[in-house]
Amino acid sequence: MQEHAAGLPETHGHEETHQHEPTGFWTKYIFSQDHKVIAMQYTITALLVGVVGMVFSWLMRLQLAFPGQLSLIQPDNYLQFMTQHGMIMVIYLLTAFLLGGFGNYLIPLMIGARDMAFPFLNMMSYWTYFVSVILLFAAFIVPGGPSGGGWTIYPPQSILPGASPGSEWGIRLLLMSLAVFVASGTMGGLNYVTTVLQLRAKGMTLMYLPLSVWGIFVASVLALLAFPALFVGGVMLLLDSLAGTSFFIPLVNQFGRQLGHEGGNPILFQHLFWYFGHPEVYIVILPAMGVVSDIIANFSRKPIFGYKAMVISILAIGGLSFLVWAHHMFVSGMNPYFAFWFAIATLAVAIPSAVKTYNWMLTLWGGNLWFTTPMLYAIGFVSTFVAGGLTGLYLGNTAVDVPLTDTYFVVAHFHLVMGVSAILGIFAGIYYWFPKAIGRMYNETLGKLHFWVTFVGTYAIFFPMYWLGAAGMPRRYYTNEAVTQLPPSSHELNIFITIAALTVGAAQLVFAFNLVWSIFKGKKAEGNPWKATSLEWQTPQTPPVHGNWGPTEPVVYRWAYDYSVPGASQDFTPQNVAGGPAQKAKASGKTKH
Amino acid sequence: MEQPQQERSGSLRRLVADWASDRETFRVRWSKAMMWIFLLGDSFVFGSFLSAYAATRIAATAPWPNTGEVFALHVGGAEIPLLLVAIMTLILLSSGATMTLAVIYGLRHDQKRAAMWTGLTALLGAIFVSLQAVEWTNLIREGARPWTNPWGAPQFGANFFMLTGFHGMHVTIGVLLLSIIALRTSRGVYEQKRDYLSVELVGLYWGFVDLVWVFLFPFFYLF
Repeated sequence: MQEHAAGLPETHGHEETHQHEPTGFWTKYIFSQDHKVIAMQYTITALLVGVVGMVFSWLMRLQLAFPGQLSLIQPDNYLQFMTQHGMIMVIYLLTAFLLGGFGNYLIPLMIGARDMAFPFLNMMSYWTYFVSVILLFAAFIVPGGPSGGGWTIYPPQSILPGASPGSEWGIRLLLMSLAVFVASGTMGGLNYVTTVLQLRAKGMTLMYLPLSVWGIFVASVLALLAFPALFVGGVMLLLDSLAGTSFFIPLVNQFGRQLGHEGGNPILFQHLFWYFGHPEVYIVILPAMGVVSDIIANFSRKPIFGYKAMVISILAIGGLSFLVWAHHMFVSGMNPYFAFWFAIATLAVAIPSAVKTYNWMLTLWGGNLWFTTPMLYAIGFVSTFVAGGLTGLYLGNTAVDVPLTDTYFVVAHFHLVMGVSAILGIFAGIYYWFPKAIGRMYNETLGKLHFWVTFVGTYAIFFPMYWLGAAGMPRRYYTNEAVTQLPPSSHELNIFITIAALTVGAAQLVFAFNLVWSIFKGKKAEGNPWKATSLEWQTPQTPPVHGNWGPTEPVVYRWAYDYSVPGASQDFTPQNVAGGPAQKAKASGKTKH
Repeated sequence: MEQPQQERSGSLRRLVADWASDRETFRVRWSKAMMWIFLLGDSFVFGSFLSAYAATRIAATAPWPNTGEVFALHVGGAEIPLLLVAIMTLILLSSGATMTLAVIYGLRHDQKRAAMWTGLTALLGAIFVSLQAVEWTNLIREGARPWTNPWGAPQFGANFFMLTGFHGMHVTIGVLLLSIIALRTSRGVYEQKRDYLSVELVGLYWGFVDLVWVFLFPFFYLF
């Protein structure tokens, strides 16, 4: 299918995506238009970028545990490590992995399509992401180094010379990288949304979709509507930095010298940033929620509890995400009536979140549980999501938020609820789909070792931070020696946290070894090792080949959760099996057979 | 007149069932669905730009210039406010009409007329961009820069160049696409395939660019 680069005229046949299989090395592995190869490219790139982000966090932890004893980080570059850690993890690892990796791999396979709607655009999406990663790291070699303005890059300090490290070329390259990432995310998002809406197999109604697809779909819609605000904010910040405009910069006296700006509105950037930033955390968590729902149902051998409520909750969380952004700005001096509204809307998010959590618990309840590595990770996700999410209720209340702002309480909250949870969801998905994507089994013992160290370790890292934050330990400080209200025991706790962080880091080597070893030496996997119902497990070949389905496309007769149906011959009935008993007798959407 | 409860919920259920049915949600071609979704996202880009413009204008400390004076033209010794931009607006809105005709003739597989109207739309778009270049040149000659201008708040110039620049970029991309598609139409590429989808797609995009101007013009030039 030919596509113009602008994504405009696609004039070829409507229902036909099947291309001739590429044969050359370059078209097959590098500039491939196959969704599975693009998914792998996204996955590998995002994981490698994530390793950099993780190493930065170790260096910061070492500094915080042993202030004055190590010289890995200097006071003047601590903020750069912190900023780049945050940016890399949120944007270039989590968003890219969950939408570009899982989205690309799972959507066509789970809905019974041969590929994405626009394979060329899909390839462009990955290579644009690649360029944004290059720009991200290019900032490390320019004079002044990368930006140290915090991952929120608030002006004025992020772009005024001397106000923060990397406030000249570092921030400019970061903003360019973000703009390119937005282009990549838009190309990907258009593809994911169109594919889910228009390319489903015969019989695959919206209410037969696995929850993974629902999560990725709504996250893609959020990406398409939230990235524009980041793009606009970034362009204006770049103009302030490069063209001397005063969108965000008021009259500033710096070191006794008046800068050439006047009359700008710094709060406006916060609004634009968080109008993107809050949906962004749901872009990260919704796909993970979907993946976890499917894994829990599968390894409980039970239909997911309250499928319809799950779908409505995903939609409700997606809708609410655009109405709560200013709860990140309670201390910006906003009108208390606004704060009142944003607090109410924020607390309302707890309702669909709680519905989802109860549904996961009730799916597990009385199930025939298989404690495989992905299942452990899925249950771990529910645990950290609750442990991190409940404090969202504290921070969503203005009166509680004001004293806790910019303390480690906030750090603990967002790391547990959208950092650790999303990563656990990613691990769950990697282990779960590894046999299908690679064709070999991973090592279960190493997988479980990886899980227990990571799960217990991340709690050991982040749970004490609640206490540190409540005790008044501020965020973003190079050292806390001067923070006199902190009790001496907080220092020991900081050492404990650092040791836990390094242990969790070491456990990731086990993960890397397991992955690489299993790719080459793992036991050959059968097509459907988990006895799962959804379509990606029913492909004629494992791993699926180009075109996914062989000569005939699958036809769907049931939802994705026909586990342990009374009267069925097996404890699972795949979606493409016609007839026989079913848990959900009637389709919610009509089928046009 | 009260409708029976049952029937009402029944029709809602039928509506949901229609939208949630298998295969495809919208009975349109994939690329047309994608174009609509893209334009929805793009409307958030311009929505953000216009909101940001409003916020910076409210926060500006210096007085906002009188746009009627800034964008006035000397014609025969008299100052006519907003003359150039009024002509530009007229041209762009007319190009919306010619685009509609192009799409209609495309749907009728009238190769000659479709090519002609698409080409005319491209021409009108090119005239719009050229007039915008004249407008920019006039303002720059009078001392307007992104960081300063002789009439008042520096945010005026910053917003002017940013907003009209972004819209102008959209128009320029549209002119390029329109020219390519007009050429391909006249060469019979679409006639051979019996498929004028490309004309329809660029028509959607052009309609959006038109619509953005309908918001940009009053909010920036008239307020």
